Amino acid sequence: MYRTKFFDHVILLSGVFLMVGPLLVALMTSSHEAADIHRNGLSILPGGHFIETYETVLTKEGGFTGKITGLRMMMNSLILGLGFAAGKVLLSMLAAYALVYFRFRFATITFWMIFTTLLLPLEVRILPSYEVMNTLHLTNTYTGLIVPLLASATGTFYFRQFFKSIPDELLEAARIDGAGPFKFFIDVIVPLSKTMMAAIFIIMFVYGWNQYLWPTLMTTEEGFFTLVRGIKQILLVWVGSNIPDYNQAFALAILAMLPPVMIVMIFQRWFIKGLTESDK
Amino acid sequence: MTHAPLSSPTPAAPFPSGAGGLFRRFKARPSEDTSAKRVQFNSPLLPYLFLAPQMAIIFIFFYWPSVQAIQSSFYLEDPFGFGSSFVGLANYTDVLKSNEYLGIARFTAVFTALVTFFSLSIGLLLAVKADGVIRGNAAYKTLLIWVYAIAPPVAGLMGMMMFDQHIGPLVKFAGLFGWEMKVGLNYNDTAFAMIVVSVWKQIPYNFIFFLSGLQGIPVSVREAAIMDCRSGLRRFWTVILPLLAPTAFFLLIINTTYALFDTFGVIDVIVKDKAANNPITLVYKVYMDGFRGNDLGGSSAQSVILMIIVFVLTIFQFRFIERRVHYN
Repeated sequence: MYRTKFFDHVILLSGVFLMVGPLLVALMTSSHEAADIHRNGLSILPGGHFIETYETVLTKEGGFTGKITGLRMMMNSLILGLGFAAGKVLLSMLAAYALVYFRFRFATITFWMIFTTLLLPLEVRILPSYEVMNTLHLTNTYTGLIVPLLASATGTFYFRQFFKSIPDELLEAARIDGAGPFKFFIDVIVPLSKTMMAAIFIIMFVYGWNQYLWPTLMTTEEGFFTLVRGIKQILLVWVGSNIPDYNQAFALAILAMLPPVMIVMIFQRWFIKGLTESDK
Repeated sequence: MTHAPLSSPTPAAPFPSGAGGLFRRFKARPSEDTSAKRVQFNSPLLPYLFLAPQMAIIFIFFYWPSVQAIQSSFYLEDPFGFGSSFVGLANYTDVLKSNEYLGIARFTAVFTALVTFFSLSIGLLLAVKADGVIRGNAAYKTLLIWVYAIAPPVAGLMGMMMFDQHIGPLVKFAGLFGWEMKVGLNYNDTAFAMIVVSVWKQIPYNFIFFLSGLQGIPVSVREAAIMDCRSGLRRFWTVILPLLAPTAFFLLIINTTYALFDTFGVIDVIVKDKAANNPITLVYKVYMDGFRGNDLGGSSAQSVILMIIVFVLTIFQFRFIERRVHYN
């Protein structure tokens, strides 16, 4: 018995090493100087240039990209993540409310039209989506960055499921008390959905922050680059240089993963529950 | 209960247990009656008002481009931008006859199979072990899931560092066995790096689902199994794994879609627009042809082929899972 438990821990620890090792290496290496890294390879011990590297990455223009600072990219990532999450929660709550709490003529067909969006991921329709954005003059705008990503119904289904689990008696009681659709939504549905809203918001924030393909297509002006979008720029510069700025590349990677990782860690319980019950 | 007080703060189980929730999700298929509530509001306009924003976005950013993709897959765009001519299925036959495309399709299949297999099995192994230990359970969980939050291209960047020609520890490690790894130059080495990074990125997702599936197995079932069967390994194969089958099947589909589509970031970072001698997947080919090669018709035809693949996968998922989920 003791032996099996011991091996269980060995396996789990190797798993932890596999998952955490690269992060640790990236973090530690980012605190060394580029030439140092080039000479000695990656490092698992902290170097003395932590603040220096991150200050350069965050505030200096140039480096990997022409004239955008890490801070600006971080801001863009935040705008994308928050805008996407807020939009998703708002849109899907309203739509799910209509689908669950109203009797109307085109309910079934509407439901199917929304459902279909789950079948085709953005990746299979990138080119035509890009053309549409061009036609609408939405490239290199925040609207173009955020809104098309909202065209998938994951959140709607999540809320729909949840609304259906709310007891019917609440609506009956509310109607006896004379509450209309708006009042019922604001005074009953919204307060009841608070945890659900928070869980979806968190998942969607991480999802939005981590978007790569769409921002790559939508933003050609550096002013709109997000951190994740900037990763490719890092590599393109990197290929041509003699001693690449490994430290800065690692620092940007750390910055790009920090907020989502923190959120997943802090809200772990919500995150896991939201994920296993909704699938994205 | 006749009167539920309006101020009652607790809805009926806002977060049911993990596995239960998963199955509930599959029950919520569109075939199900869409009007579940006994009482509903009757209003001619309001539901449309609530639906308007979502529907507007879906129409402009989903249906319009999807229809365009299908449409332009039947046309040949003039290279100088002077209109286009209808060519019927020529784009499709061109694509399906091209050796390059078929090679990429083959690689995509192998890549998808390997990524799915390894990320599922490692995820399952870790979940079973994490479910078994008591001490350090929470810590293991936290440490094992954080990679989920990393974006694929960031994971790709980390991978590039690990496989870097000068400083990559994995290259040095492989060198000890006489394997001269040249990621980005050698086809097989690049494929290897892509698979490793993609698997690494996906393990936490599978871990989360398997763990919540395991924790959804009732204690009574486990205890009965322990009494009936002393060998842990056999118990796992005969009792636990069949109970996990629905979760595993769900994950199989999700991982397949992940390997097909979400790995774009990983591949893009490793290949960096230079597909020349490197392995790429079908989605990456759509991107290359559409944005680098300006082959609108061909790229659209490939999009439609991918759409069909996804479609089949999804239908398969719904049909199959319906039969699989027999308990709960």
